[in-house]
Amino acid sequence: MRTLAIDTSTMVMGVAILEQDRVLGEMVTNLKKNHSVRLMPAVSQLLSELDLSVSNIDQIAVTNGPGSYTGIRIGVTTAKTLSWAARLPLYSASSLTVLAHNAAHFPGLIVPLFDARRSRVYAGVYRRLIDQLEPVIRPQVIHIEQLIKKVVSLNEPVLFLGEDVEIHRLNIEASFSSRLYFGQGGENIPHPSHLGLIAWRKHLDNEPPETDDFAPDYLQLTEAEAKWLQKNRRD
Amino acid sequence: MKQPKKTYVLGIETSCDETAVAVTMDGNELLSNCISSQMEIHQRFGGVVPEVASRRHVERITIMIQDALEQAGIALQDISAIAVTQGPGLVGALLIGITAAKALSLTTGIPLVPVHHIAGHIYANHLVRPLQFPLVSLVVSGGHTELIYMEAHNHFECLGKTRDDAAGEAYDKVARLMGLPYPGGPPIDRLAHVGMETYNLPRAWLELDSLDFSFSGLKSAVMNVIHNANQRGEEIQEANLATSFQQSVIDVLIEKAMRAVKKTGVKRLLLAGGVSANRGLRSQLQARCDQDGIYLQIPPIELCTDNAAMIAAVGTYQWWAGNEAALTLNAEPNLKMSAVHR
Repeated sequence: MRTLAIDTSTMVMGVAILEQDRVLGEMVTNLKKNHSVRLMPAVSQLLSELDLSVSNIDQIAVTNGPGSYTGIRIGVTTAKTLSWAARLPLYSASSLTVLAHNAAHFPGLIVPLFDARRSRVYAGVYRRLIDQLEPVIRPQVIHIEQLIKKVVSLNEPVLFLGEDVEIHRLNIEASFSSRLYFGQGGENIPHPSHLGLIAWRKHLDNEPPETDDFAPDYLQLTEAEAKWLQKNRRD
Repeated sequence: MKQPKKTYVLGIETSCDETAVAVTMDGNELLSNCISSQMEIHQRFGGVVPEVASRRHVERITIMIQDALEQAGIALQDISAIAVTQGPGLVGALLIGITAAKALSLTTGIPLVPVHHIAGHIYANHLVRPLQFPLVSLVVSGGHTELIYMEAHNHFECLGKTRDDAAGEAYDKVARLMGLPYPGGPPIDRLAHVGMETYNLPRAWLELDSLDFSFSGLKSAVMNVIHNANQRGEEIQEANLATSFQQSVIDVLIEKAMRAVKKTGVKRLLLAGGVSANRGLRSQLQARCDQDGIYLQIPPIELCTDNAAMIAAVGTYQWWAGNEAALTLNAEPNLKMSAVHR
């Protein structure tokens, strides 16, 4: 049972292939370069390095956001088209959940985040439960102050993950007196091998795969829709 | 030219607000033409919202691919080439079609062929009656207003294009000013049918020998008419304003098209693009062509608006000519015709 995992939700572009829960190969770049140009050649290259083709893959996994809208769509469109064309089940996971898996053994709260501009972040809060992670606060777009307040009130050791944590670091440090940790190096970028592992577990748990109308979970409406709703609620 | 017995091309078009997939045989026979229109979704915003369009494309894309193959009664493995709109268009929207096409190509090994959207509009005609060269095509839509000269398949020469708004865009903007629904073409065309040309609106001829277009001045003139009437407390005669605006657009389109015909010496004119559905334009252009002894071809309405059959048709000729793309293919929102089609 081989899983092809694809993540292009953020600046990080990741492709991994797993056999059961064993990682056969993983390609990760962390560059501000075009995912649309580089993703398909990367998938093709990883397959050929492993002497595999799409026909040797048994299931596809993809992150369905949050992150860059265009980036998410490139990953999701690629994954759902591969899955449709090769008739393979498709599983998805939040890019925040994938990032949280970098610290799956942390004894406390794991808080992966991506910046969402205007003092807001895409964030979730996770806690270790036996050998898996359970969400304590589901992925959402939230004001950084509000997130900090919620996490402080849980009164546990906290680990913040993600390169965008740096943007809010002073704010965070000022709010916690102790037991505060920050991810380092590779812990701060999502790894597609974790996505593959999540999909493998979903398969083991007999979770139903995604359907043909599968779409990203952007966690927010488009600006046009939000404005329209606001206006029409007022009128 | 490699030309097997039968060439089946899958076309994918997502340059604006239609998620469209189609299958053609030998570039001139339409086997399926599936379109998932988002018009109702964008209507409340008064125009196409790019982010909303992109989101909808992702939801629909594989469903449309499946529909197109099923309706054509053909399996994916039997497709000869996958043609996809590379541009011009909305970059986020184009990316969905291109990404899906690349994923299909990677899975099956079927070659990928990039297509220019405007070339597609011209080839919509080829699905009804084979193109005969040389010809001039007037392509008028919500995003484009261009005059293209063709002396053979795969040969496109841009003679002129809009320097600002596309004709269809001018219709949408004027409709908005007049409080008419989006898209603006149909309601203005309907009003123009019953009104009279009483408002004096400009026609932008540009330089004496130019085959380019400009419609932003016309839109401003309409804005002034409405503004001045409001200031004076006068009521706008809606049907007459619609007639005056439409006539101004049509006069320029027809005159420039006929100048292009004369300049190139061709005997055939093709109308293409969504604005070809305009009754005023169709009937007046037909009358002028009859008078000047020019053969005019206009595709049926369902092939005038964005569709993927036209992309598959161009893609067939492009593939026969050996134009294949690598998996690095990217969306080009301002794609030039000369960049894809040689």
